[in-house]
Amino acid sequence: MNDITDDSALCAEHFRYVLRIADGSLILAQRLSEWCGHGPVLEEDIALTNIALDLLGQARLLLAHAGRLEDRGRDEDALAYLRDEADFLNPTLVELPNGDFAQTVLRTFFYAGWQQALWEGLLDSRDPTLAAIAAKSRKETRYHCEHLAEWILRLGDGTDESHARMQSALNYLHPYVAELFAPDADDAAAAAAGLGPEGAALRAAWDAAVLPVLVDATLEVPAPTPFRSTGRLGRHSEYLGFLLAEMQSLARAHPGATW
Amino acid sequence: MTRDDAWAALAAVPDPEIPAISIVDLGIVRALECDGDHVVVTVTPTYAGCPATELIREDITRALTVAGAATVTVHTVLAPPWTTDWLSEDTRARLAAYGIAPPQGKAGDGTRPLVFRPRIRCPRCGSTATEQLSAFGATACKALYRCGDCREPFEYFKPI
Repeated sequence: MNDITDDSALCAEHFRYVLRIADGSLILAQRLSEWCGHGPVLEEDIALTNIALDLLGQARLLLAHAGRLEDRGRDEDALAYLRDEADFLNPTLVELPNGDFAQTVLRTFFYAGWQQALWEGLLDSRDPTLAAIAAKSRKETRYHCEHLAEWILRLGDGTDESHARMQSALNYLHPYVAELFAPDADDAAAAAAGLGPEGAALRAAWDAAVLPVLVDATLEVPAPTPFRSTGRLGRHSEYLGFLLAEMQSLARAHPGATW
Repeated sequence: MTRDDAWAALAAVPDPEIPAISIVDLGIVRALECDGDHVVVTVTPTYAGCPATELIREDITRALTVAGAATVTVHTVLAPPWTTDWLSEDTRARLAAYGIAPPQGKAGDGTRPLVFRPRIRCPRCGSTATEQLSAFGATACKALYRCGDCREPFEYFKPI
């Protein structure tokens, strides 16, 4: 790595910037993998778990990179399994329960749309590893967006029941979207250092990719509310602790276990 | 060990998921250096989360050791990202002969429209009257299709 890691304050910001992206992928991967064996049809069971696997791959690359930036001997497993709730920096959106299939699909689409904009913005990051991970991930994320958008159209513009469920999912999830674009000192510092875009800069690209799908799906986008979730600051909903308890149980019960 | 010997050994390592083609055909071997009997291989993963990646590293080490290398180092690089555009015509033909429809068209630069579904040619009978059954398959790199003419299901290697 070059001069961008020389300054220790900047290095801490760099670590947190990468960790936020990594944790978003990791926690959503864990949520999606809960569908394994429970998909409404076999094809969607396979699709959701394949998307989970792609997200887990991103998380692994990003966490390994974060561990090297931090330089305290923590590898990707230590960061995934041995941190506590307040140390996770994922947006609250991805830790919410799956709910029904409509809610799962819409939440994943919201986050994948945000990732798509993020990966584009990271392509010319001053951190070459982050740029390489982005260049790789955006090709996978494109398939996720495409698949999820099809389901939102099919269910939103489907039967009365499927429409009602998709609208209800939209009403529930929409307030949590604001956090993805909330201005924030950590993000601003990372952007100023040339590491990558701040969340606030991704709004236009997200709107352009996501809103037309919601409109085509005959869904009504709720009015914005002042509510801001705070997962990216390490202050989480009550759901993350339970998720981590399950995800980390094996690694903590059997430290150092390998397959 | 010579570079030619080392390349020949790698060209005989099948992809764990698609044994009809080798890891060299797949384009994941990005560089090879021989320093006496020490061989350094640089590979790139297909998908970030591909579970075959670690198995492939072991297979590479084993194949080169059998071919005479004393020590083998396998490095991983992420850039440039792997793309199906690196599959040769010959590799595509062998995929089709194996029953997997090869990727159609260029993977492109990531700017194609969100909802886009090309007509995929059945690798068995050549018909394009095919339909997608599942956007994802047994591995992330494939989708599942069915041919409307010969009625056979088949896998499609997605361009990425």
